[in-house]
Amino acid sequence: MSHETLLLVALILPFAGSLLAGFLPTHARNAAAVLAGSVSVAGSAIVVWLYASVADDGPVRLWIDWLPTLGLDFTLRLDGLAWLFAILIFGIGALVVLYARYYMSREDPVPRFFSFLLAFMGSMVGIVVSGNLVQMVFFWELTSLFSFLLIGYWHHTAAARDGARMALTVTATGGLCLLVGVLLIGRIVGSYDVDQILASGELLRDSDLYVPALVLVLLGAFTKSAQFPFHFWLPHAMAAPTPVSAYLHSATMVKAGIFLMMRLWPVMAGTDAWFYTVVPAGLVTLLLGAFAAIYQQDLKGLLAYSTISHLGLITLLLGLGSPLAAVAAIFHTLNHAIFKASLFMAAGIIDHETGTRDLRKLSGLYRYMPFTASLAMVAAAAMAGVPLLNGFISKEMFFAEAVADHTGSLLDDSLPYWATLAGVFSVTYSLRFIFGVFFGPPPVGLAHRPHEPAHWMRFPIELLVLICLMIGIAPGVTVGPFLATAVKGTLDGTVPYYSLAVWHGFTLPLLMSFIALAGGVALYLALRRYLDSGIEGPPLLRELKGQRIFEKVLVTLSWQWARAAEATLGTRRLQAQMRIVVALAVVAALSPFIVGGAVGTGGLPGTRVAPGFAILWAIGIACALSAAYQAKYHRFAALVLVGGSGLVTCVTFVWLSAPDLAVTQLLVEIVTTVLLLLGLRWLPKRIENVYPSRPPLPVLLRRYIDFAIACGLGGVMAFLSYCLMTRPLPQSVSRFFVENAYAEGGGTNIVNVILVDFRAFDTMGEIVVLCLAGLTVFALLRRFRPAPESIESPEQQRIQDAYDEAAPDRTLGDTVTDYMLIPRLIMNWLFPVIAVMAVYLFMRGHDLPGGGFAAGVTLSIAFIVQYMASGTRWVEDHLRVLPLRWMGAGLLISAGTGAGSFWFGYPFLTSHFQYLDIPFIGKVPAASALLFDLGVFALVVGATVLVLIALAHQSLRSNRAAQAAEGGE
Amino acid sequence: MMEMILSIGIGVFAASGVWLLLRPRTYQVIIGLSLISYAVNLFIFSMGRVRIDVPPVLKSGAPGDPATLADPMPQALVLTAIVIGFAMTALFLVVLLAARGRTGTDHVDGREPD
Repeated sequence: MSHETLLLVALILPFAGSLLAGFLPTHARNAAAVLAGSVSVAGSAIVVWLYASVADDGPVRLWIDWLPTLGLDFTLRLDGLAWLFAILIFGIGALVVLYARYYMSREDPVPRFFSFLLAFMGSMVGIVVSGNLVQMVFFWELTSLFSFLLIGYWHHTAAARDGARMALTVTATGGLCLLVGVLLIGRIVGSYDVDQILASGELLRDSDLYVPALVLVLLGAFTKSAQFPFHFWLPHAMAAPTPVSAYLHSATMVKAGIFLMMRLWPVMAGTDAWFYTVVPAGLVTLLLGAFAAIYQQDLKGLLAYSTISHLGLITLLLGLGSPLAAVAAIFHTLNHAIFKASLFMAAGIIDHETGTRDLRKLSGLYRYMPFTASLAMVAAAAMAGVPLLNGFISKEMFFAEAVADHTGSLLDDSLPYWATLAGVFSVTYSLRFIFGVFFGPPPVGLAHRPHEPAHWMRFPIELLVLICLMIGIAPGVTVGPFLATAVKGTLDGTVPYYSLAVWHGFTLPLLMSFIALAGGVALYLALRRYLDSGIEGPPLLRELKGQRIFEKVLVTLSWQWARAAEATLGTRRLQAQMRIVVALAVVAALSPFIVGGAVGTGGLPGTRVAPGFAILWAIGIACALSAAYQAKYHRFAALVLVGGSGLVTCVTFVWLSAPDLAVTQLLVEIVTTVLLLLGLRWLPKRIENVYPSRPPLPVLLRRYIDFAIACGLGGVMAFLSYCLMTRPLPQSVSRFFVENAYAEGGGTNIVNVILVDFRAFDTMGEIVVLCLAGLTVFALLRRFRPAPESIESPEQQRIQDAYDEAAPDRTLGDTVTDYMLIPRLIMNWLFPVIAVMAVYLFMRGHDLPGGGFAAGVTLSIAFIVQYMASGTRWVEDHLRVLPLRWMGAGLLISAGTGAGSFWFGYPFLTSHFQYLDIPFIGKVPAASALLFDLGVFALVVGATVLVLIALAHQSLRSNRAAQAAEGGE
Repeated sequence: MMEMILSIGIGVFAASGVWLLLRPRTYQVIIGLSLISYAVNLFIFSMGRVRIDVPPVLKSGAPGDPATLADPMPQALVLTAIVIGFAMTALFLVVLLAARGRTGTDHVDGREPD
């Protein structure tokens, strides 16, 4: 496979794995773990394989045109930076999977966990390998979504639900800001392509839109990477299972924001605006996070705040704007991912073995789990920046950068002091982690005696700690080349000189490191008594809770303001709303006449009037008006009258050269009438003359207003259509349809060719709507409860039944059978006739008026006629109609026909046609569009019959219910 | 003047439909919606102008001449609109019946006015 294809495979693998894991049985723990593990190992292998190409030949690119006119293409781009992140995502992902296999309990639905984890992994990979910024934002939001699912995995606990919701709200809102920011960048540069954007740094920085774009992009990055003041979601996300925390808060999720800042660093950094937003945010996050971490009583809470602090450190480095600082940032990102993942896993083991994460309850665990304790101590030392460990080297680089001069401002000059202070804090909380958990007296009150975990559960930590040591001792050999490649990718070619070594001589940074170590130990000793007292939360800041503010804002926005808006603007009265909508429609329709001056009628000479047409419409108008008049008290009459208007419409279609429409209208008219007739039975009796003398004034006023609105709309519509009809027909796409219907679509009925060929995708959408409407009707009627006064049999039926019962020689139902004898015979025999008619309409559809829609409705009429003639019970005994099958088959046939064209390398729904020579019959057109139309036909039959049968069935059901109620009494 | 007759017809259909749409009983609304959909379908259809005896069906296999045929595009639009209109009527009818069963009234607000 080519490198490009491999890259695509690496992106698709996790999603495919996720889908597969989702289908595993609920307790297939091992199968899911093996699947997830193989995916991550395969992903790592691909990424490792691609290294040579990335390092030697520059980025691997895959380009697939999608919407080139909008600058949106599916682009993958793996450069050094993306490579480094990708290997972290897959590598640590593989370790997390192994760890999670042992961590997750047998009772949890583990395949779902792995399914979410894999999808999250895929989204994360998507972010780093996207070569198009809009595409990156898409994956960005996917990570928000899947992290929500992961954090809320134990959704039976309130903390998990709240934490998940908060993480989603904060990071997805940031994602929206990022999207707007990216759109602004695209507007400035004229492209969303990463390569082009990286080449347009000056253009971007000089633009007036630079500051807004910067602010929006940073909002995205800060929310994702938990920078102050958006850091509060991260500690709450600790409600997630520990493997999730180990993954999300070390190598992925929170590093997405960091990645984004690195990606755009060459083009957006280096300005004052960048320096004075990113540096303070990073600095405050660094100090606050470290300070708060010291005072946590929850083990994972301590690690969470330490993560915030380290993210602040990286952000601060990126904010400085110097290439060396960026190198340090990349390096620290890598180091932090490694030691933090191992620490989270260690915390998870402690939790797993002791049943608690509370530092007040834990102590002296060294004697029970010496191996895990040693590993955790090494990792914590790396976090504190102890020499010979990886954390030391990148922290050293950080100190060097803090000392170096950047802008010469007060903020810049004070950085060394702040950096040392942060160093002190980080040593203190690392000491607290080690001494609080592993030393001191043996723990009391634990559920069971802790012991070392299963070996394979500890293996990921062993490996990660080994890497910490290797990087810490021989950085130049182990990590040097990869870091160089990543730096080359980030800094767009210009690599500064830097030296990766443990020993640089006696320098100021080394002094700072020692001050931090000594200060940290001193601070820990000084605070020990205070910390042991068991107070929760840091002093001074205990009351300042981001969560509380967040929730207050949420409640205000989504509850109080919403309620206030509803109270002032809302109404539960539909008529008032409809009145406004229709009145607005009238105004909108009138606006062209008002704004554009007097728009007259067109100059087209009118068509000579046929007397028949005038008479026809006189009838139509009379029908419509009387239907409007009768609809309240005489429903049946109104139904007949509306049918009359429908017929006039139908004849109009015939008259004005639209035979297809006429056929369909006529058939639909029949079905609609039957449908409404079936519904009439369930409506309440209407009492005439509610108002004894005349209606009160407000009621009259309302009616006058409605009348005026109705006349207004009618008048506007009549005028508008007259103006349009008297204008010459403009050039439109119709010309293409007419000229190519036969050549391209192989049919002479242009309307049908448009439906099943040129615009088949629209038709596809339309049949889906029909399908959904049918299913909704079906679902609604399953739980149908008729009004109590409608449950009884209708009056006529009761009279008939009473007559049957009174006569000794008659049985119940004889009268109706007698009445219907001859119609029933005829209607039964009509079934094959109508069915043949349907087939005929279907077959001729491509060349003559007809087609799938018309044929489908026809066949459903054939079914309905049986119901009317013989009654629901008889039909259901003799004829099994399975409307859901018809619908499913129809949808599958249509979609399958469409997808079939992929097979031949054409776009969806491309049709093919030819003429078949069948003996005796002659040449028969055979287009693949005909197959598509068959799907339309089947679906229309299914949906129509489903709706009608479901409704017809209700009288049976309610009869049965009534009988059951009587029997019970 | 066929155009005049047709446009008046569309106007009357629309006006009757809107009048019913603004009424308080659900059955009136469903009848009104039917009338409005006739009006709107005819309106869209009339965008192809009034043409008599020229259905958009090609006589032979030869490519068609747009000038001698009725405009097929509005017809294709209306054809699907008719079927979707049926689906909408069916759905609305069932919602209407379910609401009537649940609330005990056929008023559009789901409760009788005070």
